[in-house]
Amino acid sequence: MSRRPYTRKVKRSWWLGRRRYVVYMVRELTSLFVGLYCALLVVGLWRLAEGRIAWDGFLAALASPLGVLFQLICLAFAAYHSVTWFALTPKAMPLAVRGEPVPAKAIVGMHYGAWAVVSLIVLIAAGI
Amino acid sequence: MSENVMLEILRYRPELDSEPHFQTYTIPYRDDWVVLDGLNHIKDHVDATLSYRWSCHMAICGSCGMMINGEPRLACHAFLRDYRHDVIRIEPLDHFPIERDLVIVMDSFIDKLSSVKPYLIANQKKVASDGENLQTPLQLMAFKQYTLCINCLLCYAACPQCGLNESFVGPAALALAHRYNLDSRDDGKEQRAEVVASNEGIWECTFVGACSEVCPKHVDPAAAIQQTKISASLDWFKARLLPGAHR
Amino acid sequence: MDLISTDIAIIGAGGAGLRAAIAVAEADPSLSLCLLSKVYPMRSHTVAAEGGAAAVIKDDDNLDYHFHDTVSGGDWLCDQDAVELFINMAPRELLQMEHWGCPWSREPSGKVAVRPFGGMKIERTWYAADQSGFHMLHTLFQTSLKYPSIRRFDEYYATDLLVEDGRCAGAVAIEMRSGRMVAFQAKAVIIATGGCGRIFPFTTNGAIKTGDGMAMAYRAGVPLKDMEFIQYHPTGLPGTGILMTEGSRGEGGLLINKDGYRYLQDYGLGPPDPWPRLKAMELGPRDRLSQAFWHEQKKGRTIRTPHGDAVLLDIRHLGEKKINERLPMVRELAQSYAGVDPVHQPIPVRPVVHYTMGGIHTDIDAATPLPGLFAAGECACVSINGANRLGSNSLTELLVFGARAGRGAAAFAKTNPTVSASAAREGAHAAQARIRELLVRERGSETVSGLRKAMHDTIEVGAGIYRSESLLQETCRVLADLRLRYDAVQLQDRSNVFNTDLIQVLELGCMLQVAEAIAHSAARRKESRGSHQRLDHPERDDANYLKHSLATYRGSEAPIVSYCDVVITRSKPAKRIYGGAAA
Repeated sequence: MSRRPYTRKVKRSWWLGRRRYVVYMVRELTSLFVGLYCALLVVGLWRLAEGRIAWDGFLAALASPLGVLFQLICLAFAAYHSVTWFALTPKAMPLAVRGEPVPAKAIVGMHYGAWAVVSLIVLIAAGI
Repeated sequence: MSENVMLEILRYRPELDSEPHFQTYTIPYRDDWVVLDGLNHIKDHVDATLSYRWSCHMAICGSCGMMINGEPRLACHAFLRDYRHDVIRIEPLDHFPIERDLVIVMDSFIDKLSSVKPYLIANQKKVASDGENLQTPLQLMAFKQYTLCINCLLCYAACPQCGLNESFVGPAALALAHRYNLDSRDDGKEQRAEVVASNEGIWECTFVGACSEVCPKHVDPAAAIQQTKISASLDWFKARLLPGAHR
Repeated sequence: MDLISTDIAIIGAGGAGLRAAIAVAEADPSLSLCLLSKVYPMRSHTVAAEGGAAAVIKDDDNLDYHFHDTVSGGDWLCDQDAVELFINMAPRELLQMEHWGCPWSREPSGKVAVRPFGGMKIERTWYAADQSGFHMLHTLFQTSLKYPSIRRFDEYYATDLLVEDGRCAGAVAIEMRSGRMVAFQAKAVIIATGGCGRIFPFTTNGAIKTGDGMAMAYRAGVPLKDMEFIQYHPTGLPGTGILMTEGSRGEGGLLINKDGYRYLQDYGLGPPDPWPRLKAMELGPRDRLSQAFWHEQKKGRTIRTPHGDAVLLDIRHLGEKKINERLPMVRELAQSYAGVDPVHQPIPVRPVVHYTMGGIHTDIDAATPLPGLFAAGECACVSINGANRLGSNSLTELLVFGARAGRGAAAFAKTNPTVSASAAREGAHAAQARIRELLVRERGSETVSGLRKAMHDTIEVGAGIYRSESLLQETCRVLADLRLRYDAVQLQDRSNVFNTDLIQVLELGCMLQVAEAIAHSAARRKESRGSHQRLDHPERDDANYLKHSLATYRGSEAPIVSYCDVVITRSKPAKRIYGGAAA
């Protein structure tokens, strides 16, 4: 048989080739920090369960320079993650009202609206 | 003033070459030429040994997909005027084995396409005297865009998961499954779920979105897959939580 | 050589081939079936058809109207028993497509919608936006995946039919990916390989429309019927030839010359208003519209484009919303390939070769004179299209006669024994020797592209929209010369794996053979009828030429053209009337 199909190997650096893949990998990286922050919150719950001293120690760690830096990074990455997530929602949940498709901007806008409302509730509940 | 354009084409003749290598050709620049016209010029006047697929020259048959300057494009839809000052690099579509020159082996796609049962599955068999199924323009609109896939495979070339995982069913096949799932005349969603909602189906997708970006027909396979994820998840819960549901 | 034994072999997997395959699978799933195609099925040229498929379905329509429109549209060269069958079967075939999931455009009520089309008295063209052929082909291909008995051989190029004891015994094909040849020993063969528009330099047809199946049947002794009737579609883009669907005129589009004048009213198709109006002006039949262009060009009233003369197709008055809804692909094509947004500017168009009315001689059961050989679709000539095809009859034809061919082949295979394997092997080896000789030839003096260009140049001059004796004779002479020169064609690529140089050489050989049939048939027909117009014989001559031409292959000599009667039942030849007051 003369056939000899050639399979090209995918390089480990495949994502560096084009901007859209770099942006994608950054988005995926931010989810790592979202996960880490969730883990932090779980640790907080755990410390809370262990009593006053443990809880105060947890709060102090959060207030330390390293702690603040970590939280700022997480906030930035989580916000970026949310922004990219919202931008994609019209694809996953197309809405139609009386046969006319709801414009993507409106769907994205509704998510920001909901985000604002929830944030407001949390801030009020936290006494700010 | 006659200009020229350089095409750098990945050649591979399995009986002669141990591996693919680039070969450069010079073609005349014409304002209304597409890359395909350049390839035809090479084949007719310079080197008849260049092999590639093409037919309609109007972006409807899906034959001429290739990597043009690293981007999956239809050669009949990529205008020389958009690459005017570059050397144009042409390679066969990514993520498929190369048969010869710009011709890929697409057997895997055909298998994946068949596996999602891409045909109408209706519970009631109809005959001509029953007339047509009624379907309002609104119902048609619900799935219309997903019918437009020309099977050009640009989405498979753009999708990194297709590159990293050979068994991923892939964007076009999943978009076509979605087309039938949304068709008001179809009852086959459950039958398709075995492949569509499997690990190699929608769950291999991480919503890179490159597939939809390169699709020449604006099918938006990424949207199809994400919508299928939601509906498959709901079906999963319904099957387990609602009384009398199928297991 | 590998031998595959099968009950039925179908060559060509476009609309007709796929429909035939499904018909065989449904008639009897135990019949073995091999479906060969030189391209993957979804690449077949059915995919490019835009406008729609005709069938009587609405209350204000009736079968008689469809019958009369088709027969008069074909300038009475249609076999009326075949047309009768065709119009009767049409509605149920299109309904079958709907049941298989074809996304026909709809009325608000949910029933299928129909649009007006050229030459039709009442609207009866079912459509799926402006990509009807695409949707029909994909529906058929996807539906075919349901039937396990359909065994596909994608990218197999069939080179020759096998004939034994006056019967069709199968076919030989090249597996393109490896270069190996395979003999298919079959009890029945269906050819569904499409038309031969690529014989001409400017065509809507894709690369694959090279008349391979027509040539195979022709060489096996089956006559090619009515080959002189080549349809020019009035509105193709200059240069690329890309099709601007008749649907755009069905929606109300206008054709204007360089003075902004709707010139068709000067050619018996007026008055221009009210508009749109069926069978008048821009909704006249294709042959008349293409001929009008030729006259306008002679009068100097066409516009100049870098790719030759053109007129303008104006759909601006339809508005953006309607264009996006009904003609989205027309807009996209005009923007991409003509640099024009039809919402704001008219589109330059000109007649381009589009369809072959003629083809492999078959009866109304899609059977050829060679027992066991059937043909359907554009490659066949039943004839339901006569001297000029009405738009949207062809997509329906694929279904009606594809299904008929499938059922006919299934019945034949069940009642006939297999041909001996040794007979199949012998024929196959002859074909293989021919190919091998091409591959080893070293000092050929001709190139594929050179011969192809020479063929294009001569056929365009001799067998264009208007023809004359001297030009036709010259074309016959040149084609005979090209036939000799073809024996010296030199392959540059002599490899086995996906050798498209070899495929192009074989396709060219087929085109040269079919081109001779076209030229000789045209030279012999000394009258004007439908799309065959002679400057030296401008009138229709029913006394002598109400007949089908039959071109018979004679190898190294010119084909012989003979005639057979047209089946006339209830419509006697009359004058073709278009235009006039509102119908």
